[in-house]
Amino acid sequence: MKLSSPLEIYDYLPKTNCGECGEATCMAFAAKLIEREVKLETCKPILEDKFRKKYEELSELLAPEIKEIVLGVGERAIKIGGEDVMHRHQLTFFDETALVYDVWDTMDEADLVARVKAITDWQKFYVGDFLRLYGVAVRSTSNDPAKFGACVRKVLETTPLPLVLCSFDPKVLEAGLEVAADKNPLIYAANKDNWKDVAKLVKKYNVAVTLYAPADLDLLKSMAVSFEKMGISDLVLDPGTYPTGKDLEQTLQRFLQIRRAGIVEGQKDIAYPIMSVPLTTWMVYDDPVDATYWETVLADVFTIRYADIMILHSIEPYAVMIQRTLVDNIYVDPRRPVQVDPGVNVIGNPTADSPVFMTTNFALTYYTVESDVASNNIDCYILVVDTEGIGVEAALAGGQLTSAKVKDTMEKADINLEEAVTHKTLIIPGLTARISGELEDTLGWNILVGPGDSGRIPGFLEEKWPPK
Amino acid sequence: MTTINFQDLIKILEKYEIAELENVVIDGDVEIEMLEGGGGDAAALQLAIGQGAAQIGMNLMQLAQMLGYPVGALMQPVGVPPAVGAAEAEILEKLLDEKFSVEHEKYTTAVEEVTIGATKADGGTRETTVTIGGERALPFFNYAAPMPNPIAITLDCFDMPIGLAKAVKVHYEDVMESPGEWAKKNVEKFGADMVTIHLISTDPLIKDTPPKEAAKVVEEVLQAVKVPIVIGGSGNPDKDPAVLEAAAEVAEGERCLIASANLNMDYERIAKAAMDHGHVILSWTQLDINNQKTLNRYLFKAGVNRKDIVIDPTTAALGYGIDYAFTNIERMRLMALKGDTDLNFPISCGITNAWGAREAWMKESPLKEDSDWGPREYRGPLFEIITGLTLGVAGGDLFMMMHPGAAATVKEITRTLRGDVEAKPVPIDDWVTLEV
Ligand code: B12
Ligand code: SF4
Repeated sequence: MKLSSPLEIYDYLPKTNCGECGEATCMAFAAKLIEREVKLETCKPILEDKFRKKYEELSELLAPEIKEIVLGVGERAIKIGGEDVMHRHQLTFFDETALVYDVWDTMDEADLVARVKAITDWQKFYVGDFLRLYGVAVRSTSNDPAKFGACVRKVLETTPLPLVLCSFDPKVLEAGLEVAADKNPLIYAANKDNWKDVAKLVKKYNVAVTLYAPADLDLLKSMAVSFEKMGISDLVLDPGTYPTGKDLEQTLQRFLQIRRAGIVEGQKDIAYPIMSVPLTTWMVYDDPVDATYWETVLADVFTIRYADIMILHSIEPYAVMIQRTLVDNIYVDPRRPVQVDPGVNVIGNPTADSPVFMTTNFALTYYTVESDVASNNIDCYILVVDTEGIGVEAALAGGQLTSAKVKDTMEKADINLEEAVTHKTLIIPGLTARISGELEDTLGWNILVGPGDSGRIPGFLEEKWPPK
Repeated sequence: MTTINFQDLIKILEKYEIAELENVVIDGDVEIEMLEGGGGDAAALQLAIGQGAAQIGMNLMQLAQMLGYPVGALMQPVGVPPAVGAAEAEILEKLLDEKFSVEHEKYTTAVEEVTIGATKADGGTRETTVTIGGERALPFFNYAAPMPNPIAITLDCFDMPIGLAKAVKVHYEDVMESPGEWAKKNVEKFGADMVTIHLISTDPLIKDTPPKEAAKVVEEVLQAVKVPIVIGGSGNPDKDPAVLEAAAEVAEGERCLIASANLNMDYERIAKAAMDHGHVILSWTQLDINNQKTLNRYLFKAGVNRKDIVIDPTTAALGYGIDYAFTNIERMRLMALKGDTDLNFPISCGITNAWGAREAWMKESPLKEDSDWGPREYRGPLFEIITGLTLGVAGGDLFMMMHPGAAATVKEITRTLRGDVEAKPVPIDDWVTLEV
């Protein structure tokens, strides 16, 4: 976005402080716009005719530096691109690198369905929510339009995820589009040979298209400018992902340069989402573990350095989990609060005999503990101590987790634990064992030292609950 | 000449349950007449039914075509109504010829270059030394400024057997009782650039090993290997100064990295020991730029030479705060390059922290709702690799690591990104048809 302070935005707003947007003042609304927390259209007055010019100018100024493209339809549609900064601390990264996993049209149907299901259903609980994957890339390895069309149809029957349709043969692509065009797929790809026919397809079916120019940024830019000229602007750029040695090093340089041109230098004609294809590692390594490791290594580098969408092959659970966690960690908003509210939380349907666990209000800690008990159907109470958002061990070392704090949290909580349970036993994290004596004295409760990791609570309860 | 009646066409389409089209209403009984090759009819058609309807007609005909209705022959030539015809006309004959160019980032200040280890010529007994730092741009932004030194890796060993994740333990079981053998294995078998000896048994809560005895372990390690070493305390702020002082003394002249000085201990004592015996200091703070600046300034004040400082701004593992560690390191490095001379030092990262994450070592997820996590023999090392590589991309220069395979992979990828490794030719032009 071209604006850097709420004041600059304020100039374009109606300045009536009417409050229709839900903010008390236009200035407050401007502040949210700069953080990209609200949509300009929430301000209804600015949509009136008399503000039309201001609205248009402001929309233009507020648009992200990197073009934002929507892929897919419905609940699992995704956005790619949309970035405004080179480094996450400068604001935040917005649209997570879309991890898209491949299938191909020479696959046996049962394998195809199983693989698409695995991609669609993959999930991992993390800080209060499930991480999921983003899309399926259908590759034509047969080069047979009929086969490809049938494969795409099968994939669509199996998944609501956005698709990338991959072939360099326009006839094959069209066979896929005939089946999938209304699902808003991305097509892959136009290159120096087929671009004219692909451009026709793009116009006919009105879909987003990837431009592929391996190791040739002049060509990539020429294609981007040409497509824009032809009225096609939902573009994704693939400068080629070479998987080894100096070619890989040069690949990274291209990603760095394209993104800098788009964001720092405002070169609009190259400011599109970038695609990386770590799958190319499978052209080098025969051993599937080697290939998976290197593919993940490349995916790591290009997640951090500017790929907006990525095509991968390995759906090995360990690789997927690690790569998806990385995407979350790089894209998570650095401005987000890391705390949950302190107090007493009810998990399931606890009775007077149910256990009471103590933990901290650091979001990562709290959600880990909560999911560990909830997922194992343990009815209980969790006493969430106000440690100012610090995890167990660091809070203990830093003085935010003391017996006085625990007592204070217990007293202030909406639920009175003294009345809720009869056993008066508090299970504390293993890492807080050294304050157990002190806690017993301060609270007047029995203290049971739990395991070091909350993942081991189920086994622990089997052995130690109810208390003797 | 073929004649298609719109109403008939709609009826045909209805048979195929094309629901959206049921609402299409076209007034009158419009007939589309087209001659093979007769582009002129397009204009007539538009006149007759208007631009919008012509578009609908086109769509209908495409659909009819898809469904096998015989309109193909008539649609092939230029006989395309203007809505689409106009679009087709916009297809360029030739690609426009553009050149890509971009300026590179320009910074004012280089990161200090620091050498660890001293050979005979410099008063030590090491056969190799390791130099880190010296960058003039962010890591791997080679087009702006190449990275003068590769990322160095030091493998951990401990002065007593410790609990390790299974995937790590298998590599060290035979040497855990002997720090010297452990160090040797790190270098000879696993190719470590350096070795870190952690004197954890000195912790009063562990074995409370006296500093003098700890110093003997350091001597043992120095004799066992000829690479530079890092000497780590137990992390106990009260005991570490005495332990590191004794260690610095026995390692006189070897230019070890002393880990570490931090704000909540007598860092002056550690600084003095390092200076007196010719070592480099690791200045360690916890994810806080201002604390890092403060501690570094204290070290300058104590007389520590700028060439003798490495900083450790704290590592958090993937999934466990790597977002903070990444951004903390990247910001510090950018501030350094832009002229903050309190921060322009090589950065050390305790990548071994990755093994603290339960995703690295647990057999399976404790959550039933989670998809399978995969075998931990593969998962753990990859967790360490990704933690390391990520912080390498942020600005880390020296990695303390644990799993030999993870260390080898991180070494290879970071050297590759630096441009040290020849490429294999890989025909990615047509990767789409790859059979795997
Ligand atoms: C990130 C981190 C920080 C961050 C904290 C960010 C935050 N919001 O919490 C920052 C940089 C602020 C920090 C600061 C400090 N840190 Co710190 N930090 C870490 C680090 C790298 C990860 C901790 C973490 O987040 N773990 C993940 C969470 C989820 O774990 P958790 O809260 O413990 O929860 C788990 C268990 O406790 C258990 N559990 C939790 N609740 C419950 C409940 C029950 C009933 C049960 C049974 C189990 C259970 O299960 C959970 C899941 O596994 C560790 C090193 C490491 N790799 O472990 C050091 C570490 C915790 N820090 C340490 C120290 C010393 C400090 C400082 C005091 C340093 C200093 N000298 O300034 C400061 C204190 C600052 C303060 N308190 O104000 C030491 C603690 C040593 C000790 N044993 O006392 C550690 C271990 C590093 C080390 N080896 O020296 N730190
Ligand atoms: S709705 Fe528009 S005019 Fe009204 S307060 Fe909000 S920003 Fe201002």
